[in-house]
Amino acid sequence: MIRTKVRDASDKQPAISRYRSRHVLSDAALKRLFLWPTLALLISINIFPLFYSLYLSFTTYSAIANQPPVWVGLQNYRDILNDSQLWIYFRNTGRFVLLTVSLQTIIGFGLALLLREKFRASGVITTLILIPMMLSPVVVGLFWKLIFDPSYGIFNYLLGYPAGRGPEWLASKELALWAVVIVDVWMWSPFVMLLCLAGLSAIPDYLYEAAEIDRASSLYQFWRITLPQVAPLLLIAVLFRTIEAFKTFDLVMGLTGGGPGDATELVAVNLYRLAFLGQWNTGKASALAYIVLVIIIAVSNIYIKYLNRIKEG
Amino acid sequence: MATIELHQVEKKFGEVYAVRPIDLTMHDGEFVVLLGPSGCGKTTTLRMIAGLETVTSGTILLNGQDVTQQRARDRDIAMVFQFFALYPHMTVRQNIAFPLQAQGESRETIDRRVSEVVRLLEIEPLLNLRPKSLSGGDRQRVALARALVRRPTAFLMDEPLGALDAEFRETMRAEIKRLHLAQNATTVYVTHDQVEAMAMGDRIVVMSQGEIQQVGTPAEVYYDPANLFVARFIGSPGMNLLTGRYAAGVVSLPGENRYQVPAHWQAALDKQIGEGEVILGFRPEATLVGGSGQLAAEVYTDDLHGSYTMLHLAFNGDDQIIHARAGRSQIYPIGTPIRFDLDQEMVRFFDPKTEMALKPEVARG
Repeated sequence: MIRTKVRDASDKQPAISRYRSRHVLSDAALKRLFLWPTLALLISINIFPLFYSLYLSFTTYSAIANQPPVWVGLQNYRDILNDSQLWIYFRNTGRFVLLTVSLQTIIGFGLALLLREKFRASGVITTLILIPMMLSPVVVGLFWKLIFDPSYGIFNYLLGYPAGRGPEWLASKELALWAVVIVDVWMWSPFVMLLCLAGLSAIPDYLYEAAEIDRASSLYQFWRITLPQVAPLLLIAVLFRTIEAFKTFDLVMGLTGGGPGDATELVAVNLYRLAFLGQWNTGKASALAYIVLVIIIAVSNIYIKYLNRIKEG
Repeated sequence: MATIELHQVEKKFGEVYAVRPIDLTMHDGEFVVLLGPSGCGKTTTLRMIAGLETVTSGTILLNGQDVTQQRARDRDIAMVFQFFALYPHMTVRQNIAFPLQAQGESRETIDRRVSEVVRLLEIEPLLNLRPKSLSGGDRQRVALARALVRRPTAFLMDEPLGALDAEFRETMRAEIKRLHLAQNATTVYVTHDQVEAMAMGDRIVVMSQGEIQQVGTPAEVYYDPANLFVARFIGSPGMNLLTGRYAAGVVSLPGENRYQVPAHWQAALDKQIGEGEVILGFRPEATLVGGSGQLAAEVYTDDLHGSYTMLHLAFNGDDQIIHARAGRSQIYPIGTPIRFDLDQEMVRFFDPKTEMALKPEVARG
């Protein structure tokens, strides 16, 4: 049949000014009504803590000591950057982010390509694939602990090892980080898939028809049309996942608690330890949190710059 | 270049025919227009020729070669889409170079061919812009350039002017026609605009409800419509069609009018109708409005069209309006009784039962 394509929306909707007079509240009052509660919330739970913790990062302070913060200048930052142990955690985090984000991107995009064509039950399958994303990370951590169990876990069984003879995923220094990566990929690939699917379905059919007429092969169509067209959404998915991966804490706590040794001790996990577990070193923890924040902002900005370049072409 | 042949080609969507089995040949270098109202199957036919739509049954030959089962990319046919279908993420240059790059042409060849076609269409200043920032006319030029750059065996155009403003349309129409004359490539052009079809086509294929109604030159389609549909569809307004009773060389029309059938039609009507209903057809410009015509009517309204006046006439006791062309200098107040005659060469007759045109027995004139 003949396809009807929507033309550029040059004709705007007619103005709805005749409804204006019915407002009980004036526009200005309405604006204030929406604005002030939002601002109050933002200031009290976002902006104030942000600046207060910045201040605390320059002090020695413990949230449970009942003593006022003592200004120490850059001492906390100096301590952190000179702490060789923390550099190990940063390296762990870097490896974790790189592995998990690239695997999620590949698997998520691959799934999206497979689910792009509608087939029988494709809707149900898409929903099923999305389930891991909806689970609580702590629950995920706990049941993957069972799945990874060397004596009765199903993971080694599926890999073909006889019971009790497979690798100890969570207890091995080499494998533990991979175990966390596997669970994180299992949980978050669907998210990448979801965004890619949205991107793919937004590519109009006529581009492929034009490419077909222009005698482009399927592979060429993928490189020159599919990929550039999905790129913006794919990059947003990568951006979100990178930020989240940098802050991964709950999964690790559920699975390994940072061990064995410090094989899975990510920065965010250590931050939690520093701030709440035993030490209650609020000042130093704030400084570490700020360092993480600066890294995330830097990485995000690189992505966003790249994203804008893609959008402009 | 290319000959395109369709043999008993049909397309069904489920149980519904989009195109009933059609036979059609587009000759080498010909400009063929598929014309019809929306939903008549003209675009589906074009997309089947392109290979974007599979054929339910029948064969399509390209230069004598059966391409029915081939994909679009294997057919070497270029197409210009109604809404341009430019690649939005590429610049104009990349858009035009795309078909050549897809073929793996060398960089020098691509540069040379792109600059040739860009010069031809006069779009050099646009090369580094993106489709988004182009006007409708320029987008269409780029789409044309992308089709031309490949030097395909045939061009298909799906309402290429449909999305353009009226003022651009005339210009682009002329450009496409000039391009066709320069390239002399077989072109199949789909439109619902009969003015466009008349202006551009070497031959017009009039389609309706999935069927070909008539194939002919613009003049044939205009002056000798094969059936009532073509008579009504071509021309603005279409042909005047009056149902009357034929007997012994005279057609009795509404309003007590009696029309003496031209001599060269009498034998045909006697033989094919004998005595009974017939439809008399004539173009608005076939009316000779003057003092003592054999038909009488009165003015319903009139509108001045600049160079002429279009009179809308009503017969006494009949609600059908007929359209007649008259000189622009005369003034015709509403209700004026008027007499007119018909140009004998431009009178046509149709059989009301079959809706087909009747043929005069002997050569006219």
